[in-house]
Amino acid sequence: MNIHEYQAKELLRQYNVRVPRGRAAFSVEDALRAAEELGGPVWVIKAQIHAGGRGKAGGVRVANSLEEVGDHASSLLGMRLVTHQTGPQGKEVKKLLIEEGVHIARELYLGITIDRRRSMIAMMASAEGGMEIEQVAREKPEAIHSVFIDPTIGFLPFQGRNLGYKLGLTQGQLREGSKFFSGLYRLFVEKDCSLAEINPLVVTKGDEIIALDAKLNFDDNGLFRHKEIEELRDFDEEDPKEVEASKYDLSYIKLDGSIGCMVNGAGLAMATMDIIKLHGAEPANFLDVGGGASVEQVKAAFKILMSDENVRAILVNIFGGIMRCDYVASGIVEAAKDVKLKVPLVVRLQGTNAELGNEILLNSGMNIVPASSMEEAAVKAVEEASR
Amino acid sequence: MSILVDRNTTVICQGFTGEYGTFHSERCLEYGTRLVGGVTPGKGGSTHLGLPVFNTVEEAVEETAADASMIFVPPPFAADAIIEAASAGIRVIVTITEGIPVLDMLRVKHYLSTLDCRLIGPNCPGIITPGECKIGIMPGDIHKRGPVGVISRSGTLTYEAVEQLTRLGIGQSTCIGLGGDPITGTSFVEALEMFNEDPDTEAVVMIGEIGGSAEEEAAEYIRREFKKPVAAFISGMTAPKGKRMGHAGAIISGGKGTAEEKVAALEAVGVKVAKSPAEIGKTLASVYH
Repeated sequence: MNIHEYQAKELLRQYNVRVPRGRAAFSVEDALRAAEELGGPVWVIKAQIHAGGRGKAGGVRVANSLEEVGDHASSLLGMRLVTHQTGPQGKEVKKLLIEEGVHIARELYLGITIDRRRSMIAMMASAEGGMEIEQVAREKPEAIHSVFIDPTIGFLPFQGRNLGYKLGLTQGQLREGSKFFSGLYRLFVEKDCSLAEINPLVVTKGDEIIALDAKLNFDDNGLFRHKEIEELRDFDEEDPKEVEASKYDLSYIKLDGSIGCMVNGAGLAMATMDIIKLHGAEPANFLDVGGGASVEQVKAAFKILMSDENVRAILVNIFGGIMRCDYVASGIVEAAKDVKLKVPLVVRLQGTNAELGNEILLNSGMNIVPASSMEEAAVKAVEEASR
Repeated sequence: MSILVDRNTTVICQGFTGEYGTFHSERCLEYGTRLVGGVTPGKGGSTHLGLPVFNTVEEAVEETAADASMIFVPPPFAADAIIEAASAGIRVIVTITEGIPVLDMLRVKHYLSTLDCRLIGPNCPGIITPGECKIGIMPGDIHKRGPVGVISRSGTLTYEAVEQLTRLGIGQSTCIGLGGDPITGTSFVEALEMFNEDPDTEAVVMIGEIGGSAEEEAAEYIRREFKKPVAAFISGMTAPKGKRMGHAGAIISGGKGTAEEKVAALEAVGVKVAKSPAEIGKTLASVYH
């Protein structure tokens, strides 16, 4: 799960990790009030959307007067911000973060993530702040310094010193830096983060170490023990179909193609998307109905697929192990009672109760194209979609 | 022969009396697995599916001498259950549970590294040696005894591959589901090492997916040491970047973990990679006669 920068900075404050003074604003008046509270003479107005690259896209503005704060706030709010991570349609700005200006001496990078290969928590730092870390990793890998933290032992002081010296912090800054690193580490493990990224991490002219930007991602599997994090979820930032799917515990991701897919199991669902592409079409979505989906879940899944206007054909690919094919069939028939099916439906059912499932579909009177293998299903779906 | 489990393996189920535990324990018993009991704290002393229920794994091991466990315990309690099994001396711990926090698994993995045991999963279909022992949720009837080892990060896609093999008349020595999480107990490399040593495994099918670098590490190991032919498939060619594709482990982040990179790494060491998921069986047949 992603959260906004302003929410991330609020969490950082709770862990004594220094961030600029500031607060979120949801209207121009609110932005002006926030700026007045902060006092001047310089403010930064930052668009809050769940995507990186906001600065380059014009989503971060500097104001030297309250009047400018108002101007920037009114031009940013409601604007569709297009960054390299939003796709061409961009994302509408509905929230702003108003912050005090900071006197920057140096810009650094700090990130924490899970190193799967080592089964450790990796903290990475670089003196090339502000740049995208992927680019640094590609072009100048020696500029990235990493320490690996044993999750059963935790972050150790020497690891903070190692990073600090490699970043070229002065003796005075080192203390602040170590405090920053260990605070961020504590936040990472206590809140079940999957990524914590501070880019840039700033050394100010007054020798302070401050998170000028902050990105936190959370492990969805850890959310059950962090209601306070779950509450930070912003449904405005998500595709409405994905939100609907998540209510039914379905794993759905909207894509741009024309063939809607309903599959059980994530690996098979990805493979089904791949085979559609191999046959010359594009999948409209990823949809994993899970291992033991109920009739209700299948029904919800099917409705989501049918609500996608780009869908020209639907492909159902089920390999029933735990999943019973008759449940899938009943779910489809139930859904089609509520919402009329306007596109061809290709169904491949295999495994537990497949025959019963096929029988239910045939007896439903629905117009169904049966397929006996994954290959055949893909070929038929692509054919039907191009008709 | 086979790897890890065979007809002599004795198995207990943790989360035995729950809905999933019950359903799948029945399927395992039908298949012929030597399931000897189960653990549900608070229900010790009772009988379920005609088998004894114990309060703790330690008791279950003392009474039944079980050497493998199949875990269906819900995510918040799963880490505890895995370490309980390991501490009680269980040799093969198969964790089916989906949704365990990654940081829990990190700690579990570090703890387990001090003990002599093998964790499979979590978030996996389990392990099966056809005709001998099934520990997990895979449909038993699609499998056939034979010479091909199967290693996979996926569940249903594994069934698809196994079914293709069986339809071509190619049986399997052992099929292992590694699981779809970022941190898993067993990696491709570790599974390959075991198949390398198994005289009855003559070829291997590897099914990977986007995210992480486990397939690249496997390629490196295959180049260095693996002696048997390998066919592979990598799912997620069409997956968008930065989106978790169902599995917590299946995400292309920071431009890393793409299907293209994995396919290239495997092909570079002589692994035949199927272009289509419908051709996994055929691809194995083309490298192994």
